[in-house]
Amino acid sequence: MDATEKPVRFFLVGVGGQGTILASDVLAEVGLKCGYDVKKAEIHGMSQRGGSVVSNVVWARQVFSPIISVGEADVLIAFEKLEALRFLPFLQPGGLLLVNDYSIAPVTVSAGVALYPKDDALYSQLRQRSQSQTWVKGVELADSLGSAKAANVVLLGSLSALISGDADVWLEAVLQRVPAKFADLNKKAFEAGRAVVMEK
Amino acid sequence: MEESYLVNVKGTMMVKRLLSGNEAVARGAWEAGARVGSGYPGTPSTEIMETFATYPGVYAEWAPNEKVAMEVAIGAAYAGRRAFCTMKHVGVNVAADALFFGAMTGIEKGLVYISADDPSMHSSQNEQDNRQYARFARIPCLDPADSQEAKDFMKAAFEISEQYDTPVLLRLTTRVCHTSTPVDLDAQHEHDLAPIQYPRNPAKYCMLPANARKRHVVIEHRLDELAQFAEVTPLNRVEQRSSEIGIITGGIAYQYAREVFPDASVLKLGMVYPLPVKLVKDFARSVKKLIVLEELDPFIEQQVRLLGVELFQPQNLSSPKRADQKSIFPVFGELNTSIVRASAVEAGLIAGEAEPVPEIALGDLPPRPPTLCAGCPHRSTFYILSKLKVPVNGDIGCYTLGIAPPLNAMHTVGCMGASISVAHGAAVAGDAERHVAVIGDSTFFHTGIPALINVVYNQSNVITVIMDNRITGMTGHQQNPGTGKTLQNKPSVQLNIETLVRACGIEHVKTIEGYDVKAIESTLKEWMKMDEPAVLITREECALLPSARKRWTPLQVVEEKCNGCTACFRIGCPAILKSSKMDEKYNRPLAEIDPFLCTGCEICAQVCPRDAILFRSQLARPLTEG
Repeated sequence: MDATEKPVRFFLVGVGGQGTILASDVLAEVGLKCGYDVKKAEIHGMSQRGGSVVSNVVWARQVFSPIISVGEADVLIAFEKLEALRFLPFLQPGGLLLVNDYSIAPVTVSAGVALYPKDDALYSQLRQRSQSQTWVKGVELADSLGSAKAANVVLLGSLSALISGDADVWLEAVLQRVPAKFADLNKKAFEAGRAVVMEK
Repeated sequence: MEESYLVNVKGTMMVKRLLSGNEAVARGAWEAGARVGSGYPGTPSTEIMETFATYPGVYAEWAPNEKVAMEVAIGAAYAGRRAFCTMKHVGVNVAADALFFGAMTGIEKGLVYISADDPSMHSSQNEQDNRQYARFARIPCLDPADSQEAKDFMKAAFEISEQYDTPVLLRLTTRVCHTSTPVDLDAQHEHDLAPIQYPRNPAKYCMLPANARKRHVVIEHRLDELAQFAEVTPLNRVEQRSSEIGIITGGIAYQYAREVFPDASVLKLGMVYPLPVKLVKDFARSVKKLIVLEELDPFIEQQVRLLGVELFQPQNLSSPKRADQKSIFPVFGELNTSIVRASAVEAGLIAGEAEPVPEIALGDLPPRPPTLCAGCPHRSTFYILSKLKVPVNGDIGCYTLGIAPPLNAMHTVGCMGASISVAHGAAVAGDAERHVAVIGDSTFFHTGIPALINVVYNQSNVITVIMDNRITGMTGHQQNPGTGKTLQNKPSVQLNIETLVRACGIEHVKTIEGYDVKAIESTLKEWMKMDEPAVLITREECALLPSARKRWTPLQVVEEKCNGCTACFRIGCPAILKSSKMDEKYNRPLAEIDPFLCTGCEICAQVCPRDAILFRSQLARPLTEG
């Protein structure tokens, strides 16, 4: 994806503790390595306690607003399925949608006062904005490689392939961000995520 | 530390680093040669002091509250060292007494007050606009728009402070604090470290009425000089583009101005107080339609109107209801490009989009509100308070989430330290119900202590629960006077809360382990019967601390014993789920424990009437033994 002509906006959503901030750090670094101006915005504090978390990354020749408005995102990356739907309005019509095939029940669901939407309902709801959805079993894949915590890196691998990014640049940015002792795991996680899209 | 990048800017290679606004402010403080930083954690300001603390050769601390932090910074600046203090917007209210006297006396070396405001209240109880404090106390206010400016303005603030003998308010907002943008790195400012003679200048530093009256004249004169400086400083700049629309803006709103009005001319104010009168008037004359674009209060807009400068009046605006109304953009919440665009279209400044983004129907999605974490040691107390059905006066911290269903165990929340005094107010007003005040360890140190002394001195029967989770939790685990460590990781004394409470004159004091549901219940019930103040300290470290994580052991439900009675659901733990398996007799879902979330705190096991949840000690044994 080329951000020289017009900005490229990434909208990352998930639940506190899923590693969305690390993923947005990596995404921001990739943008810098590609020679773009970059802004990365996130919210800390109260909302992190089991609540929805949102992070914005924008690449452009010159970035002004760090936050993405409704209908502006080029890519929506959801680390949790329900959050994909919650923040769908931020995706521009025809934008790219990358979904971690993983659910975390909000307390409203576990307490039995609300129902978690079924997969097929989610899928068809998401089609309102995007015909090109990629669902990746990030947690399952990462778990099979050694740690479910690397699910965010699996997603980054898939994203790099989806937007035709240079794998080496992306992997370098990932490895700069993770502890050295987990370098091998994260490399495998990245490649596994990339393969999911390449093999499609 | 972040990675550095070589970025090609206009043909020269510069070292750039991606820094958040907060990290950039800390870097700016260090580059400016600041020696002392004191703050109280509060979103969105916290990372400034955390980052500054890691630079070599600096002193950084967490003070017990913002007033203390500001006085420490003032004291260091009197002593001839560049100093600053950090806090969130509401913290400035706590520190306001110090803010004003610091404005009166001036300093020996640079002094910067940092206020991080939170438009849209992502993590706050109100959304006050602290630019107002600058005008209130007659000190200059700088308002950066990105991380580069955050760093540059921090350095400029020290220079202005010394040049004009005044504290400077550096006002940030959430989107500047928590947005990362590329920043040029510079070397540290060289400082003369020769010994300094502490000033003996009571006419300047002792604010007795006779001296203070003279100082007020001085600071009004200082403000005149600062207004002259505002005309020439590069902090304020005109970007001349089309003369059709001219926008006066500052802070993060500048970014939205550039995006929504790419062709408009802009007067970008880096120093938003005092205003450059001539610059504003000249800019007004150079454009056809003049507007002000700013977040929250009409701070700039009002002052521009006071100058008699005519602003563009939207046709659709019926006559203003109030003199201090904003004319085009909303006064509440954060702005963003879509809000700015919609307001501009409505005002007739720009055309609406030919093809608006179609709306989509999402239906009713299950909300995902923040909750007390799995394993939170506050849960047990809230469960009991909810059972006792007493009015609970709450406070500011993670435990504010005791308000959420199914616990619903909090009835008032105002500001730091207010729990105990608000409860006392009800008691002395003769409220028939017994009031319980709930406050955290850090908040108790912050402003809870004087309120507790008031309960003792004026003899009300308030029961106070100090929820001591051994850390400042909500802002992300900061040290405090109870933890035994300083911000810069030096070992320190651990203030003993029980001793402190007894010293305040409370006779009925008990410390109970945070997870001990029965002991908490029996103690509170016993105290309800007597008509005296009492303090319960529930002590258990935050389940997210690394030391606590090591002990995590997920519990299990014995399906044969569970009959889906819902007792464990009522503690509101995110690790307890409704199973897809049903109890045959009552046809209701059994309980199930999420092994990835459960920490093994055993609160659910304690409340289960059928012993269907195994305690840690039972887990090692085969399930059949129960």
